[in-house]
Amino acid sequence: MTQNAENVLDHFNLFREPEYVGLFENKRKEFEFMPPDDQVAEIREWAKTEEYKEKNFAREALVVNPAKACQPLGAVFAAVGFESTLPFVHGSQGCVAYYRSHFSRHFKEPTSCVSSSMTEDAAVFGGLNNMIDGLANTYNMYKPKMIAVSTTCMAEVIGDDLNAFIKTSKEKGSIPAEYDVPFAHTPAFVGSHITGYDNVIKGILQHFWDGKAGTVPALERVPNESINFIGGFDGYTVGNLREIKRIFGLFGIDYTLIGDNSDVFDTPTDGTFRMYDGGTTLEDTANALHAKATLSMQEYCTEKTLPFIAEHGQEVVALNHPIGVAGTDKLLMEISRLTGKPIPAELEKERGRLVDAIADSTAHIHGQKFAIYGDPDLCYGLAAFLLELGAEPTHVLATNGGKNWAAKMQELFDASPFGKNCKVYAGKDLWHMRSLLFTDPVDFLIGNTYGKYLERDTGTPLIRIGFPIFDRHHKHRYPVWGYQGGLNVLVWILDRIFEAIDANSNIPAKTDYSFDIIR
Amino acid sequence: MSLTVEQTKQRNKDLIKEVLEVYPDKTAKRRAKHLGTFEEGKSDCGVKSNVKSVPGVMTIRGCAYAGSKGVVWGPIKDMIHISHGPVGCGQYSWASRRNYYIGTTGIDTFVTMQFTSDFQEKDIVFGGDKKLEKIIDEIEELFPLNHGITVQSECPIGLIGDDIEAVSKKKSKQYEGKTIVPVRCEGFRGVSQSLGHHIANDAVRDWIFDKAGDKHPEFQTTPYDVAIIGDYNIGGDAWSSRILLEEMGLRVIAQWSGDGSLAELENTPKAKLNVLHCYRSMNYISRHLEEKYGVPWVEYNFFGPTKIAESLRTIAGFFDDKIKEGAERVIAKYQPLMQAVIDKYRPRLEGKKVMLYVGGLRPRHVIGAYEDLGMEIVGTGYEFGHNDDYQRTTHYVKDGTLIYDDVTGFEFEKFVESVQPDLVGSGIKEKYVFQKMGVPFRQMHSWDYSGPYHGYDGFAIFARDMDMAINNPVWGLTKTPWKAAA
Repeated sequence: MTQNAENVLDHFNLFREPEYVGLFENKRKEFEFMPPDDQVAEIREWAKTEEYKEKNFAREALVVNPAKACQPLGAVFAAVGFESTLPFVHGSQGCVAYYRSHFSRHFKEPTSCVSSSMTEDAAVFGGLNNMIDGLANTYNMYKPKMIAVSTTCMAEVIGDDLNAFIKTSKEKGSIPAEYDVPFAHTPAFVGSHITGYDNVIKGILQHFWDGKAGTVPALERVPNESINFIGGFDGYTVGNLREIKRIFGLFGIDYTLIGDNSDVFDTPTDGTFRMYDGGTTLEDTANALHAKATLSMQEYCTEKTLPFIAEHGQEVVALNHPIGVAGTDKLLMEISRLTGKPIPAELEKERGRLVDAIADSTAHIHGQKFAIYGDPDLCYGLAAFLLELGAEPTHVLATNGGKNWAAKMQELFDASPFGKNCKVYAGKDLWHMRSLLFTDPVDFLIGNTYGKYLERDTGTPLIRIGFPIFDRHHKHRYPVWGYQGGLNVLVWILDRIFEAIDANSNIPAKTDYSFDIIR
Repeated sequence: MSLTVEQTKQRNKDLIKEVLEVYPDKTAKRRAKHLGTFEEGKSDCGVKSNVKSVPGVMTIRGCAYAGSKGVVWGPIKDMIHISHGPVGCGQYSWASRRNYYIGTTGIDTFVTMQFTSDFQEKDIVFGGDKKLEKIIDEIEELFPLNHGITVQSECPIGLIGDDIEAVSKKKSKQYEGKTIVPVRCEGFRGVSQSLGHHIANDAVRDWIFDKAGDKHPEFQTTPYDVAIIGDYNIGGDAWSSRILLEEMGLRVIAQWSGDGSLAELENTPKAKLNVLHCYRSMNYISRHLEEKYGVPWVEYNFFGPTKIAESLRTIAGFFDDKIKEGAERVIAKYQPLMQAVIDKYRPRLEGKKVMLYVGGLRPRHVIGAYEDLGMEIVGTGYEFGHNDDYQRTTHYVKDGTLIYDDVTGFEFEKFVESVQPDLVGSGIKEKYVFQKMGVPFRQMHSWDYSGPYHGYDGFAIFARDMDMAINNPVWGLTKTPWKAAA
C-alpha cells in the first residue's frame, strides 16, 4: 500500500505503484484474452506504413476521429449570441445535454439551452405537443427575451415543421403572439456545426427583417453608414469579439456584432449566475438590415447568411478567419474601404509590433513543416499565417471542408514559394491525418484537443489551436484576430517550438551542449 | 442557526411551493410529484421517477444512446463501437467519460476513439444498411485486432427502418462468427439514459452470451471467482476496487465494463458471485446471470471506509472462512490509512452541508463517504433513477432531506440558493452555474478529472478533493472588498 494521507496519490501516480502494475499484468494475462504483444507490435508498425495509408485513404464509408460536430451545436452557439436568448432545440433531449456539456468543457462556463424532450410517442405522432408545452415552460421559467428554435436529426427525419408548430403554439397561447421565436431547421445529417451556425444566424435575421414569419410587415431597408460583423463559429469568440470591438472602437464607426456571445461565454464569478449576459440586442438585430455592409469573418460559416443579406441590398464581404499580418491588413483595409474611415494610427503601430515580433523569431519558424486541421476558415487563416512566417503548412485537413474550400486552399499554396509541397485534404478525418504524419512527417501539428492522440502516437508536437480545447484552460479568452491576436498565435507556436528544442537537447553529456539559455 | 428537522421540512415545503409557482399549471402538477422531503420510516423518498421529462424545462438528462454507448458498451476496450447515424452523438461523447483502460489505442483497444457512420442526407433517404456493411468491412481491414463490433444506434436508425440486426448477422457469418452486436439505443427511446442501459444489457444477453458458448475452453475457474459489475473505471475506480477484492483472496475474472474485454464478458457466467456496484445500469444483466446461469449477485458500496468495510464483509459472506478472514485482514490493513485521512480532513470538513444531483448509484452511494468526513447530505436526487433507487436511498438519507428527481436547471438553482450548501456535487452542466454563485462544486460523474474515488485508495483522494473544493481561497474572493464592507 503506497497511498498515504500526507501525500495523496491520485490516478497520475497511484497506478504506477507496483501493486497496481502487478494487477494490470495479471488481469491482462489471466482474463483479457488480448492479442499477444508481438502481434500488437506488428500491427502497430504496419499501421505506420504507406501500404496502410493507402488502405486508410481508400475508406468510403467509415469515419474515424472526425474533426467536425453536427449542425445543432453550431445552432446553439449562434443563438446564445443574442440578448437574453434561450436556444430551444426541438427533438431528443440527450442531444441538448451533449451540446451543453461540450461548450462547458471548452469555455469552462455554463451553457443554457433547452430541449423539447421528444420521445417515442413524438416519433409517431410528431412533436407538436412537445413544442407547445416546451415553449410555454421555457418562456415562464427562464423569462428569455427571445427563444431561438432549431432541430435535432430526430425532428428532421420525422419532418416536423417549425414554422407551423410555432404558429400553432402561439395560437394555443403557450407564448404571446408577438413574442420573438425565430427558427432554423438544422438537420445533423447535412453539413456540420458551421452549417448550423449559418442557418441560425440567417433564421434570426430573416425573422426580424422579413416580417417575423408573416406576422408583421417586412422591414424596409433605410441604408445607413453602419457595418455588420459576423464572427462565425469560433472557439476564441470571447477574445476575438472583444478584440474586434476594440478595433471598431479605434476606427470610431457604427457597427453591429451579429451573434455576440463573447459575454455569455465569459461571465464573472461574483456570486451571481447570469443565464444571459451581453449579446446582440433584438433592436440592433432588426436594425442591422439598414447597415451599409456586412463583413463575415468566416466565409464557410456564412454561406447562406451572406447571400441572404446581399439580397436585402447590402454589400457583403467574406474573409477566411484572417490571422497574422496580411490577413489583418486585409480585414482593416476592408473596414476602411467600407466605411471610408482611415486605418487608425494605433493599429498601424500594432501592426509594426507584430512584424517586429515575427522578425525577432522568424529563424525558429522558417522552413518548419506543419500539419493543420480544423474548420475550413480556421485552417485557411492559420495556413496563410504560416506561409507568411516562412513555414510550410504541409498537410491541411478539414473534415467539414468541401471542394470550394480545397480549391481556395490550393490557390493559397500556389501563391507562395513555401506552399509548393503543401496539400489540402477536404472531407478527411484524423485517422487519415495519423497516416500522413507517419508517411510524410512534419515538425508540428496544429489542432484541437483531440490532436493529443496524434501527438502521442506519432510524436508530432501539438500546438493547440481550434475547437474544442478541453485540456488547456482559458485559451478562448485570448484573441487570435487582429495584430494582437496574431501575436498570440505566434507566441503559442513559438512556445511549443522552444519546448521541443529544449526537450531535444537536454540529455546531460550527450545533447545538452545545445541546451542554450538564449534562443 | 441550524434548523430543526421540522423546520427543515417546512422550509423544503415552502421552497418547493415557491419553485412550482413559476410553472404553467400543467407543468407545476407534473413537477410537484418529483420534488419532496424524505420522511423517516417511509419505504421510498416520496417522489415519482423514471417518467418523461417535461419539454422546455432544461432537464439535465441524456438519452438511451448515452446510456448504451456512453456508459455500458463504450468502455469495452477491445471492441469497436460504431456511433451509427449522424456525426454529433459520437463526437460529443468521444473520450469524455474517463473510462480508463490499458491498451494500445487504435491497435488492440479503441475506447478513446470515435467511429461513426457520419450519416448524410442520402443515408437517411436510402437507408444506411449498405453503408454499415461497408463500414464493418473497412473496420476489419484497418483494425484487424478488434475482437468485436457494436452498432450503437442514433435516433434516425429506428426512424428510417434500417435492419441493423440483419446486417450484423450477415457480417458475423462472413467474418467467421465474429461478435457483431446491433444495439437499438436510439436517443428518443425511453425517458433518459436509463433505457439505454437496459437495452445495452439485453444486447449483451442476446448477442454475447448466447453465442459465447465455450469460446475459451482453456479458461480455468476457481471457487473464488467474482465479476465486478457496474464499475466504469472512471479515473481508475474499478482498479482501486479490484485490488481490495484480490487482496481478500477473490479472483476477479471480469470487469463490467471499465477496462473490460469481450472475453471477460463471455466468461462471466462462470463466476461464483457477481458483485454489483451500479445497480441502476447493470441490475438487468445481473438478474439474467442469476436466472440463466445461477450466478448470485450482491450490491456493494466502495465509497468511504464505513461502507467499504460493510461491503467487504457482505461479499465475504458468500464465501468460506478463508475469504472472511481475508476481508478482515484487508479492513485492518487499511484502517491506519483511513484514520490518517479522517484525522487530516475531518476537522476541515466537519458539519459541511452537501447537495447532490447525479446519476446511477451516486446520489445514495457517496453519502457514506461524506459522512465519514463528518459532512451532511441535505439534498439529493437522481437524473434517471427508478423507484427502486429511491427505496434504496432511504437507507442512506436522514429525515428531512430534500429530494428532487430529474431536477430542472431552474429548480436546482433555486434550491441551492435557498439551502446554501457548502458544496454541490453534480455534473459539468451544473458546475459553472454554482461556481458563479460562489458555491464550491465537485463534478461527481467524472470526479472532476481526478479519481479514483472507489476503494480505500480512492477515499484518500475523495477527501483531499472535497477539502480543496470547500476550503479553497477563491471562494473568499467572489465579493469585492469595497462592496463586501458596505
